[in-house]
Amino acid sequence: MVHFTAEEKAAITSIWDKVDLEKAGGETLGRLLIVYPWTQRFFEKFGNLSSAQAIMGNPRIRAHGKKVLTSLGLAVQNMDNLKETFAHLSELHCDKLHVDPENFKLLGNVLVIVLSTHFAKEFTPEVQAAWQKLVAGVANALSHKYH
Amino acid sequence: MVLSAKDKTNISEAWGKIGGHAGEYGAEALERMFFVYPTTKTYFPHFDVSHGSAQVKGHGKKVADALTNAVGHLDDLPGALSALSDLHAHKLRVDPVNFKLLSHCLLVTLANHHPADFTPAVHASLDKFFASVSTVLTSKYR
Repeated sequence: MVHFTAEEKAAITSIWDKVDLEKAGGETLGRLLIVYPWTQRFFEKFGNLSSAQAIMGNPRIRAHGKKVLTSLGLAVQNMDNLKETFAHLSELHCDKLHVDPENFKLLGNVLVIVLSTHFAKEFTPEVQAAWQKLVAGVANALSHKYH
Repeated sequence: MVLSAKDKTNISEAWGKIGGHAGEYGAEALERMFFVYPTTKTYFPHFDVSHGSAQVKGHGKKVADALTNAVGHLDDLPGALSALSDLHAHKLRVDPVNFKLLSHCLLVTLANHHPADFTPAVHASLDKFFASVSTVLTSKYR
């Protein structure tokens, strides 16, 4: 089980409290689809993904990005209990969505990069480390029920 | 993976905007990497890796200069990086997984200092650039 120190929790929540879920979520998911185009395989029914501009302007991608980040909010509130928190979502991603867990790592790293663009000086190596730990924990928790 | 003409333009322009800060960013990327991925420190037992370390600053500049050289030779990365490729294969033997870790920290650093220029398209091109450099540097491993 992952253990977060008080400092790591503070580093995470201090950033999270200022995150605009729709803006950051849309940007994170959009960048994932642009930087790693093969991830578009899960979004064939989402409309126009024909260019970077189309992807970033696509309202369905934006909405889905918000959904994903809202779930991440669950992680921020349950850092000591990620596996149980994401058990149901893990089953969903395996049994219904058929998403290779490698994608969770890709998304987590893109989120870290997006936070870095938004938070600049505040996004110190220590803050980055806490966030990398969180996204790795979430990726792990989401893969936990795979079979 | 191939760098398109657009990728090459994006890379050259982005690197141009970094200007004289390349060495500083190289050092910051290393600092982030050592902190976020402590296993990477195993390749630098002889270094002081604490914040502000002169050795990390110096090494950051070295890495940045090599990347600047690579940016100047996007049409022939294997040629431009041949000596470094030999060095990493036969002497340094840094496990290939670590190139991804440094690449990620380079992206985090660039995004951090140039958020407006770090558009999704530029992000994609730079990710491809670092991946291409990493591939060349590990190409003679076996």
